[in-house]
Amino acid sequence: MDFLHSILVKPFADMASAPDFLIQVLWEGMVSGVLYALIALGFVLIFKSSRIFNFAQGIMVVFAALTLVGLHERGVPALLAVPLTLVVMFFLAVGIERVVLRPLVNQPDIILFMATIGITLFLIGFGETIFGGENKRMITQELGIPTGSYIFEPFGGFVSIEQKDITAVIGAMVLVAGLLLFLNKSKMGRAIRALGDDHQAALSVGISLSTIWVLVWFIAGVIALVTGIAWGARAGVSFALEVIAYKALPVLMLGGLESVMGAIIGGLMIGVLEKLFEIYWGQPLLGGNTEVWFAYMLALLVLLFRPQGLFGEKIIERV
Amino acid sequence: MTTPAAVPAPADTILSVNNIEVIYDHVILVLKGVSLSVPRGGITALLGANGAGKTTTLKAISNLLHAERGEVTKGSIVFEGEEVQALSPNDLVRRGCIQVMEGRHCFGHLSVEDNLLTGAFTRRDGHSAIRDDLEMVYQYFPRLKVRRASMAGYTSGGEQQMTAIGRALMSRPKMILLDEPSMGLAPQLVEEIFEIVRKLNEEQGVSFLLAEQNTNIALRYAKYGYILESGRIVLDGEARALRENEDVKEFYLGVGGEGRKSFRDVKHYKRRKRWLA
Repeated sequence: MDFLHSILVKPFADMASAPDFLIQVLWEGMVSGVLYALIALGFVLIFKSSRIFNFAQGIMVVFAALTLVGLHERGVPALLAVPLTLVVMFFLAVGIERVVLRPLVNQPDIILFMATIGITLFLIGFGETIFGGENKRMITQELGIPTGSYIFEPFGGFVSIEQKDITAVIGAMVLVAGLLLFLNKSKMGRAIRALGDDHQAALSVGISLSTIWVLVWFIAGVIALVTGIAWGARAGVSFALEVIAYKALPVLMLGGLESVMGAIIGGLMIGVLEKLFEIYWGQPLLGGNTEVWFAYMLALLVLLFRPQGLFGEKIIERV
Repeated sequence: MTTPAAVPAPADTILSVNNIEVIYDHVILVLKGVSLSVPRGGITALLGANGAGKTTTLKAISNLLHAERGEVTKGSIVFEGEEVQALSPNDLVRRGCIQVMEGRHCFGHLSVEDNLLTGAFTRRDGHSAIRDDLEMVYQYFPRLKVRRASMAGYTSGGEQQMTAIGRALMSRPKMILLDEPSMGLAPQLVEEIFEIVRKLNEEQGVSFLLAEQNTNIALRYAKYGYILESGRIVLDGEARALRENEDVKEFYLGVGGEGRKSFRDVKHYKRRKRWLA
């Protein structure tokens, strides 16, 4: 009885008794959820346009952040380092297209997937050689990101919201809105969606694969940089971030591999749910540290009941 | 009557295919020396049964074979006086040769209008020219204008075929390789589609190479025809002459010449008259 009570009743009683704390937990969960969503978005974009499951997306986040910080360490002003990092990400995209994707086109999916693991390992090694493996501080202030925090006192309680987290959330929203606009309204965006729908037909109307691939990988690089800045501001920049980047995998299982909305909602859900679970169930019952595995458990459950993910693209079949 | 290898292309030929061989996966020989030519402003039909190599021939021309691990190992393909085997499909569309694939291949999750607009991917002549052409396509296919906002995946087979042809038109082609436009469509719709092909040919001056199993209708609209069997051209000629040809009647139009025959006679007849030798 006691056990059931501690699972089914007590957590909710705790939530109700300290609503300010609940708000704090939800906010924290949402912020990490937004960042998971961004990483997942990079995956979705590449998967949609090339059917490649890009394992390297998480590492690209670390790599982008490292490049930014590394450039700054070498004396490049922060506001110049951002466009320079984007240039690096662009050439990374071109390089990946030339060296990896183009020679492997038409190979089975699994081979391309292995190739992205190769890219992952390469980026880790290359990044460590150039920038070193130690944890670095993100150049938050130098980029003009506010670092204070707002204190709210709802219900007579206490909620503290960091300005850099607000910046991250707003930045992510702008990025997603821009991306959706680009995908739906521009010629290149249309071509990306077309390529995702029917590869052969896209080729037949003259859509150039290499152009689209470079573009998509570059966009994934831009997303990686934004994510990297936001995450770096919270946790510092090092390859330890990759563990967090893998959280995008359960997000994808939850949201579906090819749905932009799915990535966003899946990311938010995982971020919020794992935080709630950790605070109200994990710590009191299991001694904490559940955030490491909770997302994967959730994803497994979803896979059991809805293998295409909650928002997987519906296959249009006319009868 | 088989065309000899490497026909010298006359000046008014938009496309000539000279004795090409196509191999899939490095081992499967699909085309064993196919030659044909399409006059500028003409409609030429490429006929034959399932698996004869019609689609492969079209894909060899449009360079879509690579995506299916096929390659042209011998012969040459000349479009507007230049060899094009080495070009990407993208380059070829830019030069004015585009394929409408068998089975329509619309982008199912894109609206009909977005589908049409993807056809303009290679164009550099600006937004308003593209808008004008969109209106032009809607004039040829008024039905698409009604369905412009629907997802292409939810439209009917005929509408999808129209979308696919309209999409190709948006690239301002000089030549369209049209693969099996009649597939899975009601006879009335097939007629409608072919009428539009004729109109496009007459009004826009687009040349067509038409792969069809429906020999009857293809030979009514085409001016010239080639018959493909097991990767070889076995017969070619003016469409009118082909329609009168006894062998074509027997094998492709389903109207036997000399009354009813017993099954044994038919087999014997076919064996004797096999064009493959």
